Amino acid sequence: MSVFHIAKIVLRSLFSKPATGMYPFKKREYYLSTRGSIQNDIESCIFCGLCSKKCPANAIEVSRNDKQWSIDRFRCVTCNACVEACPKKCLVMKNTYTAPATIKSVDKFTKSAESQQ
Amino acid sequence: MSERMVIPFGPQHPVLPEPIHLNLVMEDEKVVDVLPSIGFVHRGLEMLVKKKDFNAYTYVAERVCGICSYMHGMGYCQAIENIMGIEVPERALYLRVIGAEFSRIHSHLLWLGLCADAFGFESLFMHTWKLREQILDIMEEITGGRVIFSAVKIGGVKRDLDEAMLTKILDILNDLEPQIKEISSVFIESVTVRHRLEGVGVLSTEDAISTGAVGPMLRASGVSQDMRKLNYAAYGQLDFDPIVEKNGDSMARCKVRIREIFQSIDLIRQAVKKLPQGTIDTPFKGNPDGEYFARLEQPRGEVIYYVKANGTKFLDRVRVRTPTLANLPALVKVLKGCDLADVPILVLTIDPCISCTER
Repeated sequence: MSVFHIAKIVLRSLFSKPATGMYPFKKREYYLSTRGSIQNDIESCIFCGLCSKKCPANAIEVSRNDKQWSIDRFRCVTCNACVEACPKKCLVMKNTYTAPATIKSVDKFTKSAESQQ
Repeated sequence: MSERMVIPFGPQHPVLPEPIHLNLVMEDEKVVDVLPSIGFVHRGLEMLVKKKDFNAYTYVAERVCGICSYMHGMGYCQAIENIMGIEVPERALYLRVIGAEFSRIHSHLLWLGLCADAFGFESLFMHTWKLREQILDIMEEITGGRVIFSAVKIGGVKRDLDEAMLTKILDILNDLEPQIKEISSVFIESVTVRHRLEGVGVLSTEDAISTGAVGPMLRASGVSQDMRKLNYAAYGQLDFDPIVEKNGDSMARCKVRIREIFQSIDLIRQAVKKLPQGTIDTPFKGNPDGEYFARLEQPRGEVIYYVKANGTKFLDRVRVRTPTLANLPALVKVLKGCDLADVPILVLTIDPCISCTER
C-alpha cells in the first residue's frame, strides 16, 4: 500500500506548521559562524595591505597615503582570507549579509583625522 | 523501417538547469543514437592558476562546483599537501571526513528531490528538499557557508568543532535518520516511482567498465569501486564497505544513493566517536615543486585533481577530471534504445553537474 505511504507524510505536513519561514515578517536568524559581510574597525587599521594581497577576488583596496580602506562588496566572496591575515585583528566577519542594491558601489572607510596623530 | 529524425534536447531543458545539449536520433519513439555536446558554460577556472597564487586557488577550486565544493577544495589541498610533504594532523583529517560526508548527504538528497521532480512527483520533491535544508543549516553552523564552505585549507581545516557542536551533530543525525528512512521508503516502494525507474536504462557491468563510468553509476551496475577505499583523509580508520547494487537500472542508481546517505550518516557517527584531540592545521613555508594526482570519491563519483607545480607561488597546471565527464559515455550508452519519455530521467540518473564538467 505504498500510495498511502506518501499520503501519510503529506497529510502530516498539511496539518503542521509550514516548513518554510514567513519571510518578511520573520527574518531568518544567522549562526554565529555565518560568513555574512566584512567589517573594518578603521580606527585600529594600520593600512598594511595584507588583506588586499590575500584577497582571492581582488575586492579590497588599501591606500596608505589617504588612510583609506575600501571594499567592493560585489566582488567579495566572503572567504574569510582577509580576516585570517589581518595582523591587528581589526577586520571582522559579521554574520549578517549586506543589503541588496540596485547600483554597484564600493564601501570606503577613511581613518578620522584625530586618530591619525 | 521508419524515417529517422533528430530531436534536440537542451541546452535548456526543464529537467536540469544546466546546459547540456543532446541530439537525439529517433526512430519513432525510440532513441537510436545520441550526440552529446557540452561547452556552454566554460569558465576557464583551470587557467586561473596563472593569476592566483596556490593558496588563493583553494577558493577557486571550491567554486568549480556548488554542490561538492567541500570535496573540490579537499582534492586540491590533498594534491598540494602531497607535493609539499605536509603532514596533516589527525584531527583535521577526521573533520574533513565529517564535512565531506555531510556534503554527500546534501548532494544525494538534492538528487533524490530532482529525480522526484523529473518524474513529476512534486510533493516528494518538496519533502526531500525539506530534509536537505537541515543539512545545509548544520553545514552553515559548522563552516560558515551554506554552499561554498571555505573550510579546507592547505595543511588542515579552518574551523574546529567543540564538544557541544559534536553532540549537536549527533542529535541532528538521530533526528534526521528516521525522516530520511521514511522518505526513501517512498522511493523504493511507491508504485509510481517504480514504474518510472525499474528496468529503465540498464547499464550492464561490462558496459559500465568499458565506458569508464564512475561513482554510483558504476556501483549500481555491480562494480565495487569506491575511491574512499584508497584511504585518503581518515577513511582508512573508518569501517565501511562500498555500496553495490546488481541491476544497473535507474532504480539501482537510486538505491545506491539512498543507501549511501545512511552510510554517510554512519561514517559521520564513527568519525565523531573517534575524533582525536590535537591541532587542526600544520603551518608550512615555501612553494610546491612537483606533480601529483589526487583521487577522491565525490557524491557523483571519482574526481581527479592533477597539479603540477614549479617551485614558484604560481602553479604550472591544475587539471580536474570531474565525475560527470566520466559518466557521459555511459549516459550515451544507456540512452540508446530508450523511449523519448525516459530521456530526462536517464540524463538525471548520472547526476549531471555540467558546470563541474566544463569548469
